[in-house]
This record gives sequence, structure tokens and C-alpha cells, in this order.
Amino acid sequence: MAFLDIESLRKSFGSHVAVEHFELAVARGEFVSFLGPSGCGKTTTLRMIAGFELPSAGRIRIDGREVTHLRPNQRKVGMVFQSYALFPNMTVAENVAFGLKVAKRPAAEIGPRVTEMLKLIKLPELGGRYPYQLSGGQQQRVALARALAIKPEVLLLDEPLSALDAKIRVSLREEIRSVQRDLGITTIYVTHDQEEALSMSDRIVVMNEGRVEQIGTPVEIYNRPRTRFVASFVGTLNILSGRVVDAATGRLAVDGQEILSGGAIPGAQRGDTRAVALRPEAVSLSTSPGHNRLSGTVEEVNFLGAIVRIRVRLKESAVSFDTFNNPNVPPPGRGTTVAIGFTREDVLVLEGGGSA
Amino acid sequence: MRHSRIGSWLAIAIGTIYFLVPLLCTFEFSLRMRRGEYSFDAYRIVLSDPQFQATFLYSTALALATILVGVLLVVPTAYWIQLRLRRLRPVVEFITLLPLVIPAIVLVFGYLRIYNSSSLLPFTASEAATNLLLTFGYVTLALPYMYRAVDTGLRSIDVRTLTEAAESLGAHWPTILLKVILPNVRVAVLSGAFLTFAIVIGEFTMASLLDRPAFGPYLQLMGANRAYEPSALAIIAFLVTWASMGLMQLLGRRPGDGR
Repeated sequence: MAFLDIESLRKSFGSHVAVEHFELAVARGEFVSFLGPSGCGKTTTLRMIAGFELPSAGRIRIDGREVTHLRPNQRKVGMVFQSYALFPNMTVAENVAFGLKVAKRPAAEIGPRVTEMLKLIKLPELGGRYPYQLSGGQQQRVALARALAIKPEVLLLDEPLSALDAKIRVSLREEIRSVQRDLGITTIYVTHDQEEALSMSDRIVVMNEGRVEQIGTPVEIYNRPRTRFVASFVGTLNILSGRVVDAATGRLAVDGQEILSGGAIPGAQRGDTRAVALRPEAVSLSTSPGHNRLSGTVEEVNFLGAIVRIRVRLKESAVSFDTFNNPNVPPPGRGTTVAIGFTREDVLVLEGGGSA
Repeated sequence: MRHSRIGSWLAIAIGTIYFLVPLLCTFEFSLRMRRGEYSFDAYRIVLSDPQFQATFLYSTALALATILVGVLLVVPTAYWIQLRLRRLRPVVEFITLLPLVIPAIVLVFGYLRIYNSSSLLPFTASEAATNLLLTFGYVTLALPYMYRAVDTGLRSIDVRTLTEAAESLGAHWPTILLKVILPNVRVAVLSGAFLTFAIVIGEFTMASLLDRPAFGPYLQLMGANRAYEPSALAIIAFLVTWASMGLMQLLGRRPGDGR
């Protein structure tokens, strides 16, 4: 049985449905990210797990205990907010000790626990400072320590790095992940930043308009996006319109040129259109026997130093891709006819309709 | 540039003269009790007057009670409106502004009609109950200032996130209000408290019509019957106000600022 179990969760505000049909089973110690654009329902779902919003329908269980209707202070859930939410009137140490004091833990336990937490976030010297005397990154680390001090069963992070600058964001996300691994704490992480989700998570839940689009490991989500939304939201993709020629062998025609996909196209009939996605890094200017091949005209060449970005026009569709700059082989000029190659496995046939 | 600078200095000079000259004149006049020389006689007489001490003490006690009741009433109300009932904000703001529109004399006549000794709630039947009624009246009078100060303070912090952070750490409402919200709106509550203090110390209408021995009626009595003492009292009242403002600055400092 999953440690955190979410069943048929639904939340509506008046006539607006924020989340529906949300199903997720999170294993103990797993790091799961909710990824999606703003307004997709990821924060609402997190707030329902925290207890700040009551679901309109569905159930939430933590370690077999039904918590759906429990108050936030009864759930044993630690929360880290985007705006840090440190108590401005308390020192760093008092902030970290707050949850323990509320739980009426003995002073002999609180002191060492606070020291341990401050060491964990690598700020052992700053216990006496006030939040306004710390940088944004330090404040968010203190917020993490405060949430972890009470030994929660689940740690929830609501876009914790969004307010920080890029450099701090990268170092802090590594730190959060390493602390999470060390403590083995089950974690839900909400973000709209695909790089964050891909680099940190055991699994990602991609959400759009209140629904789950796909749940999978970062590698699965990136390499095998199931829907057009996932494909376009995670990474950059070329989306082409393909007409099914033979569903059983996975043969499709793109602008009249036939290509093969990785396998059979389930549920498709000859003549159906399907959206076909191609990652820019899967495409090259060289073709090998047995690989897919498409010919077209070079429409745009952008020299970016180490990388040359090329766009090839087929007929209706265009394919963009990057190649490394090679001083001995100049990039093709605009208007030249070229052939591009990619493997069968690189062709991602997406669910749903296919106008590109 | 030059012109605007002269303009600002002129404005400051006019403002200073407007406020300081009457004050200096009052002070100067309060020192002239002894013929031909300056002395603090008026102050000595006022300060040693047992009635001054009694009324000042009475009004101070009432002011403290008013502040206590006001804070207990306003802080949770403003907090709850900020957190959950934002739609009610205009209604509550309108209600809190009413005491500015309704004169104190109308209020006190209303009280006397509703709470007289032959009514269901005979507040005016005993001295203690009348004191209580006067306190409630003062809470009403000070409501616009107290509510506005606290509401401004609450708007300057992220009430919702701080509340949720405290809740997720296991805290219940009383702890959240006392340990998290109140300390962070301390400056706002203090300004509301000092404004309340200033209103109560000088209030005349309610105290007089409810026949309570407050400082306001005493000031009126002195003003009507003496020459130099009212000026001394005015200066003392100013000193009390300034001391309050100084205290407000001192207590309102952010923790850790002094290091």
C-alpha cells in the first residue's frame, strides 16, 4: 500500500473546477513533483494534502490514516512556502523551535533538535539572527529546517525556489534533494519549472487544466510524453502532423514523406492524423541506413557560437534542431536542400488529434 | 530647484510657527502666576491638587481598560476579516467609522435611554457598572483609530501564509493569534493604544454626562475657574502625549535592531 494515497480527488470553487480525477500513490521516501503551468491545479492539490483546502470529493490517506477532513495542525505534514513565511518576530532558532514548542516537547529535546536542524541546512551560526537579517536563500533553508524539525510524515514544498535568483535556485535544489534523501522523507514538490522537476524528482505528475496529463519518471516524461501538452510543456519539441499509413507497423506520412515510429500506433486507423513529436537533439544532418529520413529546404540558420540552430522546412511542417559547430564543415546555406535523419524510437506519436 | 527649496523651508517655517507659537505662549503664560517673575507655581498647585491626582488616575485606569477591551475586540475581528471574510471588510469599516459621524453626546444620550437604572440592563444603577459603561463607550469612540491602525498593520504582513505556516506546525488559533500575529502587528496595536489613551484622557462629554470623576471634566472645571493652572495643565497634557509617542517609538523597534 502506498504511503501517501490520493483517490479521485476533486476540488471546485463555485462553477470552476480546479482539480478533478486526481489519483496518485506515493511510496514512502519518494520525491514526487507536480509540474504544470499556473492555474493547472497543482498548488490546489498540494493545499488539499496540507489541509488548507477541503476537497469537494475524494480521499487522502497518509500511512493508511485517513486525513481528508483533518485540520492542518492534525496531519503531521511539513510545509515550505514560496514566500518563506518565517515568523518575523522570532529568531532563526525560535522559528525552528516553534513547532516543537507548540507540541510541548521538553526543552532538553528542543535545543539539540534545533542545533541538529541548523547543522542540516548548513547555517549553524545563524540561530540568533532574525529573518530580515538573512538572504532569500538562507530564509528558505530556515523554512525547510522549521518544517522538518517536527519530523513530519510528508514534506510539502510549494514553489519554494521561485522567489530566488537563478544561481541560488540551482544550488538550493541540490541541497533540498540531498536533505530529502538523507532523511528519507516522502516529499511533494510543486513547480512550474520543468528543469527543477526533471532534475530533482523520482516521479513527475504533469498537470494541465486541473487534470493529470501524465505520471512518470523524469526520463519517461521527457522521452515518452503521452500527450501533446506534456510534449510541448517539457523540453522543446518539434510537433508535426502525421497521417497514419499503417498502424500495425507504425508507419506514418509527414508532408507526403513516409517515416516509421517506434511501434504500432494503438487505436489508429489508416488515414487518421496523429501529432508526431521530435526532440531537437534527436535530429541530425546525417542519415544512416535503416533510420528515418526527411528531406526539405533550409529555411533558417542561426550561428550561436558552439551551436548552430537550423530550421528545415518540409512542406507544411518545419523541423528545428541544433548541431555542434564544426569549423571544418560549414553549416548549410539558406535555401539548400538537405536530408535530416532520426531513429524510429525518436518518433513520438502523441495521443489525440494531430494538426501541427 | 532653488525655488522649490525655498518653498519647502517656508512651508516648514510656517508650520513650525503655527504649532510652536501657541505652545510657547501657553508655556510662558503658565509661568507668570507670581507677579513680576517666572515660577512653576501653577504646576506645583496643579500637581499637588488631590482632585488632579484622583481624576488623572481615574482616566488613566479607564484608558488602560479601554485599550485592553479594544485590543481584544479589534485584533481578532480585523484578523478574521483579513483571513477569511474579506467581503465583509467594507461593512466593518463603515461600522468602525460611525463614531466619527455620530457625536459623543448622541451616543451618551442613547446609552442613558437604553441602560438607565429602570432598564433591563441597568448599567447606570451603580458606580462600578457606570464605569464599565463608560469604558465601553470609550471603546466605541476609539474604534475608528484602533481598527484602522490594526488593519493597516495586518495588511503589511502576509497574514494568510503566516497563519498557514503556524497551522502546519501544529499551532491552534490562540497560539497563532498570541505568538505569531499579535507580535507582528505590535507597532500598529501600540499606535492604536496610544491614540485611544489620548482620546480617553481628554474626553469630556461622556464622562460628564455619566457623572464620572474623569480628567476631562476636571480640565473643564479648572479652565472655567482659574487663570494660570489650565495653561499648566495643557502643557502637562502635551508632555504626557509626547512621552507616549516616545514610548511608542521605543517599544515599536524591530527586535535585533540594536545590535
